[in-house]
Amino acid sequence: MLGPGGRVRREPMAESVGAGPASVRGIYEALDYGPAREGVGPAQAWLDAHGRSLGHFIDGKWSKPEGRETWVCKSPATGESLATTLQGQQEDVEAAVQAATKAFENWSQLPCHARARHLYNLTRMIQKHQNTFTVLESLDTGKPVTEARVCDMPLIVRHCYHHAGWAQLMGVEMRGWEPLGVVSAIIPSGSPLVLLAWKVCPALAMGNTVVALVPPTAQLSALLLAELCDQAGLPSGILNVITGAEALAGILATHPAVDAVAFAGSAELGRSLRQVTAGLGKRLSLQLGGRTPVLIFESADLDSAATGLTETLSSHQGLLLGGGAPLVLVQEAVAGALVQRLKARLGALRVGEALDRTTDVGGLVDEVWRAALQAHVDEAEAEGAEVFQAWAALPAQGSYYPPTLIIGADTTSRCIREEVFGPVLVVLPFRTTKEAIALANSTPYGLAASVWTEKLPLAMEVACSLQVGTVWINGQRMYDAAASFGGCKESGFGCNGGKEGLYEYMRPSWESRIHSRATDMNYKTFAASSSAAPFPVPGQAKDPPSGPTQEAHRPSVDRTYKLYYGGAQKRPEGLSSRPILDSTGHLMAYIADGSAKDIRNAVEAAHKAAPWWRGRSAHARAQVLFYVAENLGLRQMELTAELAALMGVTPEQAAQEVELSLERLFHWAASCDKHGGALQDTPLYGTNLLLREPLGVLGIVCPDENPLLSFISLWAPAVVWGNAVIIIPSQRYPLPALGLCQVLDTSDLPGGVLNVLTGDRDHLARTLALHQDVQALWYFGSQQGSQLMEWASAGNLKRTWVNCGARRHWEDPAQGAGEEFLSQATYCKSIWVPMGDVFAS
Amino acid sequence: MSARNPGMELDLGWISKVQVNQPAVIRHAEQIQTRRTVKKDWQAAWLLRAVTCIDLTTLSGDDTPSNIHRLCYKATHPISEDLLRVMDMHDKGITTAAVCVYPARVADSIKALKAAGCNIPVASVATGFPAGQTPLQTKLDEIRIAVEDGAREIDIVISRTLVLTGQWEGLYEEIRQFRQACGDAHMKTILGTGELGSLTNVYKASMVAMMAGSDFIKTSTGKEAVNATLPVGLVMLRAIRDFYWKTGNKVGFKPAGGIRTAKDALTWLMLMKEELGDEWLKPELFRLGASSLLADIERQIYHHVTGRYAAYHNLAMA
Repeated sequence: MLGPGGRVRREPMAESVGAGPASVRGIYEALDYGPAREGVGPAQAWLDAHGRSLGHFIDGKWSKPEGRETWVCKSPATGESLATTLQGQQEDVEAAVQAATKAFENWSQLPCHARARHLYNLTRMIQKHQNTFTVLESLDTGKPVTEARVCDMPLIVRHCYHHAGWAQLMGVEMRGWEPLGVVSAIIPSGSPLVLLAWKVCPALAMGNTVVALVPPTAQLSALLLAELCDQAGLPSGILNVITGAEALAGILATHPAVDAVAFAGSAELGRSLRQVTAGLGKRLSLQLGGRTPVLIFESADLDSAATGLTETLSSHQGLLLGGGAPLVLVQEAVAGALVQRLKARLGALRVGEALDRTTDVGGLVDEVWRAALQAHVDEAEAEGAEVFQAWAALPAQGSYYPPTLIIGADTTSRCIREEVFGPVLVVLPFRTTKEAIALANSTPYGLAASVWTEKLPLAMEVACSLQVGTVWINGQRMYDAAASFGGCKESGFGCNGGKEGLYEYMRPSWESRIHSRATDMNYKTFAASSSAAPFPVPGQAKDPPSGPTQEAHRPSVDRTYKLYYGGAQKRPEGLSSRPILDSTGHLMAYIADGSAKDIRNAVEAAHKAAPWWRGRSAHARAQVLFYVAENLGLRQMELTAELAALMGVTPEQAAQEVELSLERLFHWAASCDKHGGALQDTPLYGTNLLLREPLGVLGIVCPDENPLLSFISLWAPAVVWGNAVIIIPSQRYPLPALGLCQVLDTSDLPGGVLNVLTGDRDHLARTLALHQDVQALWYFGSQQGSQLMEWASAGNLKRTWVNCGARRHWEDPAQGAGEEFLSQATYCKSIWVPMGDVFAS
Repeated sequence: MSARNPGMELDLGWISKVQVNQPAVIRHAEQIQTRRTVKKDWQAAWLLRAVTCIDLTTLSGDDTPSNIHRLCYKATHPISEDLLRVMDMHDKGITTAAVCVYPARVADSIKALKAAGCNIPVASVATGFPAGQTPLQTKLDEIRIAVEDGAREIDIVISRTLVLTGQWEGLYEEIRQFRQACGDAHMKTILGTGELGSLTNVYKASMVAMMAGSDFIKTSTGKEAVNATLPVGLVMLRAIRDFYWKTGNKVGFKPAGGIRTAKDALTWLMLMKEELGDEWLKPELFRLGASSLLADIERQIYHHVTGRYAAYHNLAMA
């Protein structure tokens, strides 16, 4: 491996294997690796037992409806045909969902321990057939068999055990939560079974039933899994697997009886699922791709970093689990040394048949990737980057691509901006830590990253500064059932694994199942402009104004309500106002009518404030909230009177709302320094930290009910967990919120952290939802508005939390201050910190 | 043995920059074991190559001319002629790379090998093996005597004291003197890695030993609590490669201690192939320090040839 390499295209070398019968004598001289093909017996026997023709697995049995097109499932590496599968149709989705719905009735009612036993039995069954799974997985996805054996299968088994455990503990640990119902799991072509296990295990453990849709081209292992569920004695219909094209995904996801959609796959399909499920009240989690930045500092163990990087090339072209090909950011001082090591390592990789135990890098999962891959490489080279390819390692035949290194591409280059699927490493130098963090964060993705350095303070600071769901310190590709794994930004949302992952498949007990129908709405025009808000014509109101009357000779001073952003009262860009009427229909005040431009300004102000705010300690953020409460207390009387007049409620009712609002501020201030993260129990020798990270800039749209309490209940948790917030108070009753702005001014809340904009609720919300630099949106308004928000959020895949028009009792702590506020205000970041330096004696 | 390593000036700046992340090294070592394998004819051929890299060793207080004689005979005929013949390997002159003994047994070994008509070198441990806690002068005398008695290779041990107290100049000077005392005999430097405290120290000691002109670096004496482990090997191979990249000089590697099974031998060969390439798979640059390993390899070969598992008494004793 020490020899020079280069992009000289050489004829692939035939090992002594290929060149006639090898002899001990010949091998003794060459000392090459011979073939070490994995025995495929058990997997082939399973396929044979099914006549090499597989159907769907629904309700505990095989189902082969008439009239379905069949698909020949081929091994991507060899082109060998393995079996035929069905191209599912709508009726198959129907049958599977029905089976799951029926199974849910019993499965969700089983005692926790019974579910735990079932899952334990399933785990044991999987372990008994590990070899079959391994080989099948390698056969139909082209994943190197060693990779499947050493990495994937233990992970799947671990997931099953771990979640059998959660099933047992559900009654204690998840009190106040209920299963969702029918979960649909949608998995892409060529993906490892791990991905499915990641969805199925927690869903089943928490009492849901599952319909999995897998592509007909691959993923025979999913069918085997379903069959084994039955063999292990699990109730029929709790896991149904159907095969079918992508087009079926939308049909399954929007099925009225499906409660949740757990998707893994391309961003494109993810976006489309977000849009088609908009407004349907379904829980959606998206596990999309990404680019894994690997940051290598001059204080790193360069050889280990180089080894780790080459190891990622064997992970089945990095598909999904770690995102696309890694983006290697290396400190300039050691860039040369790293590249030298990488070249040597790439040359020693073994590219070849997936079933050979010594294969590091298998074939391309899909031949269509080759053109895209080649285009990336050629373009980078044309732009002046150095390209190194280890041709020598390539077998003579098969859809292989040489391990490739692209050095010094521009940040504008597509090989840096886009996902690349193939054994390619792109190396980019950086100068300082600050620059490294900026480069790593300047992608739309946020899946995972690794950091290589022997300096602990550097490693931890970088890990905390990266906007990703997982950070590996001095390592790569560590996964575990107890550790959360999920993306942020355009890598999707929703986390897998650990206790956090369970919430994806549960709803608070007080919440009823929402099965709303989408409205046939025109997304282009809905709330596209601010609705006119005419002020009342004198004389048209029925009753005389109530409340304090003006003194005849001394008019009161006009009170002007403005927008509040960037820490100051701002006039609206549109220079117009909206009237606010009291409970009797009389004009009470004019408020600013905010527009899209005001949203734009507010988002900018929020982004300015966000980094500093999130960097404050939890204690400091809590202090600010307590101070807001204190100042609110001073104005309690005034707010009560205003609320009573505005809403037409009794002074007692108004007083109670103000009182509860104050309590809620205390609640979130108190929680802030209690739930920042946890340790996750993984098998790693070292530590796995779970951090709750703020999302960034969060938009909140408030409901009309309890205009003060709901307003505070919403922004307080978001702000206290380190987000900068743009909040649109109740459209009808915005005055209490605006009154609070003055309180904020005097409470040390830094400018830009909380921005309050009034106006046409849905129009402002629409602008927020379409904004590419808003990371999450909470919407508590109409069903139609909810639908629009979910649809519009697909642009940057911002996280949404909408109520689909359902009312929430804000006075009830479970509804107004539950655990879900915390999980909605943050994303989970797992930091893997391996340890060890104690050596020998 | 290959061309000798002339060494270089001590470069402390280089040594101080080293970073070794132990968890990552351990992971890499595990990867090599799971991702590489050789089967059937390949396994047999690799094992025969392993045999030619063995320094067949006896380092015991109760060594006498008779067991030294047996050892030397086994070194010259490590695998039974019948087995070799079936594989068409009988004319390849397969012997172990050397025999390795205490200085007091060098003369016995030379005599035994001469009697067997074999020219493989005798390697002698020296410099207060295994602890290295004897005065410098004694160590130097020990080397000279072993060389005078006919040892063509000297396995010296370094002073772990110098490593643990960070006296790299002292270590460099000491090894330089050992090398001078060796004269034409090739020098293998035993680091006693199990007593060096950290993988970082293993790298540094490896580098100083090569700078001082070692022809081989060797993991252990076989007498420490922890001997040749794969992570240690990986770090030493990194050092060998770095030294080669910097100076163009190839230094050999010898893991020793605890290598008992044919599988162990294969793993070490694969490690060499992966990390340094095919050139380091020959006795000129690779040795396995072992005593009982040969018996297990011969049993595996017996099985490969006959399809039956051998009893120990089927094969000649060393």
